[in-house]
Amino acid sequence: MSAAPDIRDWYRQEFAGRAPGLAGAGLPWLAAQRRAAIEQFASRGFPTRKEEDWKYTDVAPLALRYFRPASAAAPVDAAALAPFQFDAWQLVFVDGRFAPELSRLEGLPGGVRLTSLAARLRESPDALEGWLGRHVGAARHGFAALNLAFAEDGAVIEIRRGVELEKPIQLLSVLTGGQDSVQHLRHLILVEENARAAVIESFVALSPVASFSTGVTEIDLATGSELTHYRLVQNGADASQIDTTHVQQGRDSRYAAHAVTLGGRLLRHELDCALAGEGAECRFNGLALARGQAQVDTHTRFDHLAPHTTSREWVKGVFDDESRGVFSGRVVVHPNAQRSDAEQSNRNLLLSPRAEADSRPQLEIYANDVKCAHGAATGSLDPDQLFYLRSRGLEMAHARQLLVYAFAVDALARLPYATLRRRLAGALGARLLPGASLEELIL
Amino acid sequence: MMLTINNLKVEVEGKAILNGIDLEVNAGEVHAIMGPNGSGKSTLAQVLAGREQFTVVDGTVSYDGQDLLALAPEERARRGLFLGFQYPVEIPGVSNVYLLKAAVNAARTARGEPELDAFDFLTLVRARLEIMDIPETFLYRAVNEDFSGGEKKRNEVLQLLLLEPRLAILDETDSGLDIDALKLVANGVNSLRAPERAFILVTHYQRLLDYIVPDRVHVLAGGRIVKSGGRELAHELERRGYDWLKDEAA
Repeated sequence: MSAAPDIRDWYRQEFAGRAPGLAGAGLPWLAAQRRAAIEQFASRGFPTRKEEDWKYTDVAPLALRYFRPASAAAPVDAAALAPFQFDAWQLVFVDGRFAPELSRLEGLPGGVRLTSLAARLRESPDALEGWLGRHVGAARHGFAALNLAFAEDGAVIEIRRGVELEKPIQLLSVLTGGQDSVQHLRHLILVEENARAAVIESFVALSPVASFSTGVTEIDLATGSELTHYRLVQNGADASQIDTTHVQQGRDSRYAAHAVTLGGRLLRHELDCALAGEGAECRFNGLALARGQAQVDTHTRFDHLAPHTTSREWVKGVFDDESRGVFSGRVVVHPNAQRSDAEQSNRNLLLSPRAEADSRPQLEIYANDVKCAHGAATGSLDPDQLFYLRSRGLEMAHARQLLVYAFAVDALARLPYATLRRRLAGALGARLLPGASLEELIL
Repeated sequence: MMLTINNLKVEVEGKAILNGIDLEVNAGEVHAIMGPNGSGKSTLAQVLAGREQFTVVDGTVSYDGQDLLALAPEERARRGLFLGFQYPVEIPGVSNVYLLKAAVNAARTARGEPELDAFDFLTLVRARLEIMDIPETFLYRAVNEDFSGGEKKRNEVLQLLLLEPRLAILDETDSGLDIDALKLVANGVNSLRAPERAFILVTHYQRLLDYIVPDRVHVLAGGRIVKSGGRELAHELERRGYDWLKDEAA
């Protein structure tokens, strides 16, 4: 019996076999980028815990297995997707590939281009040159390198100057593949001057078996533009996902992200906001519920590069069983970024003695006239609240679930989109307080 | 006898708070427990409701012939014991209506009655909201969050009216209330007085007892009941304060 191949060689061979069939394979600029990416991966491999940014994240479960491209065994039943869909223009991706028959693009107003990455590369071979990989390149880490090398599809959203969308755009990623399947999705969102949009990224792994996804979303917000970005992760228990989002922000642009993670195995989300234009503002509101063996990592980096820039961050986690959470929030106020204002808060609830949460706020301030505040707290349920509920006849387990719901639902209050807020509150209620009526839960 | 407390001694963090309480309460009776600040009144109320931070080091409490101290707080509630909190706890994120309905249905289930659905519950709660002069919008606010002091106390009595307990312990439900709110609270309590039901009113002032007339008055000082009497004892305390009793007890 021969020894198992080195994972780096294995991915390189995979690349050699698949490169000719990847999206945009005939484009020299993209082919060169992909080749450079796989070489980058071959030389560095997956990150290890020796690297500072990966100290609390053990990627061995992903780095030691031979994941193969997911391929849908059977067509996805449109009805199975209904619980995850919103009243939105939709691009649906099944196992990393655009599924036009499941998508909804009718009625898209002028000034908005919404296409799949593969189609955009086909139709306008050079339109994306210089955009793909501009902010999240292969040098970032092994997962980003694999993504750039192998990404077959994704969404390209282009919103022209001054356009305001009255409905959100939803990018729904569905993983149906079998054991050890992998997908790489790559989105690009370009919002021009004074345009305004909301994008919902939803991730659903329908199958309970081990799978692995990488995702890269590069966002460019021009002067005065505004993007509200929702990320909903509702994966099966053994689906892992490593995602990187970079937001490049021009003058007076506003970015608000709401990330809700309800299921999966190893889930890491990296969000970088480069507040490059004066007056730019970013907000991040994160909520994760983890149980079993899950690990949920949130790594944010906000660079205040210009004066009068603002960042706000609220990250909440609930960790049960043997689950773990990592929050790493880095705020860098650069020398030029006078009168910047940054606030960060991380609150974790540990429901089991074996659950763990690591919180690493990092402030680096190189300007003298700035406002920065941060707070972190990790604890268990409030004994006064528990006693009050029990004294009213609620069983201990019920009282605990109710308080977990209360802790979590607080994060949803910041969601401006009522339909989404109610849907997520319902999902929380169904999980924590089965049988409860939404009307009685919602505040 | 509904409630028999025998030589109850309680500590918190190693400090003795109750030093041997004896008390008997019959169904149908209203007992007032008065006493200066720090005398142990609230500790007694919370120990009876099952607060776990207090350690019972000696004594027994029997409720309907059962060992009350062996029961979890929720079990005590299900058997008809109710504590109106001196400081009702704020629970952001939990709606008042959810808690009220869950509490009512826990009590009904314990009594072998079917749970109420949303419609029947609303009918039940509306009548009681009216008694307590609480607007219906309070149902859809978070439990006690941003309620004024008076609103919190009225919300406690609303729960009392909904749960119809057999033994209600009201811990300083009168404190911080203006006269109109005090009358509302007293009306609520009086409307529940019945031969099968008992009340223990923990209070610092005799003012409440002008509106809810007790059968027995006890004075707690230094973790002991130092004097018991009829309703006239409350008037005497109003006139003379508590100091003469401390001397008497010493």
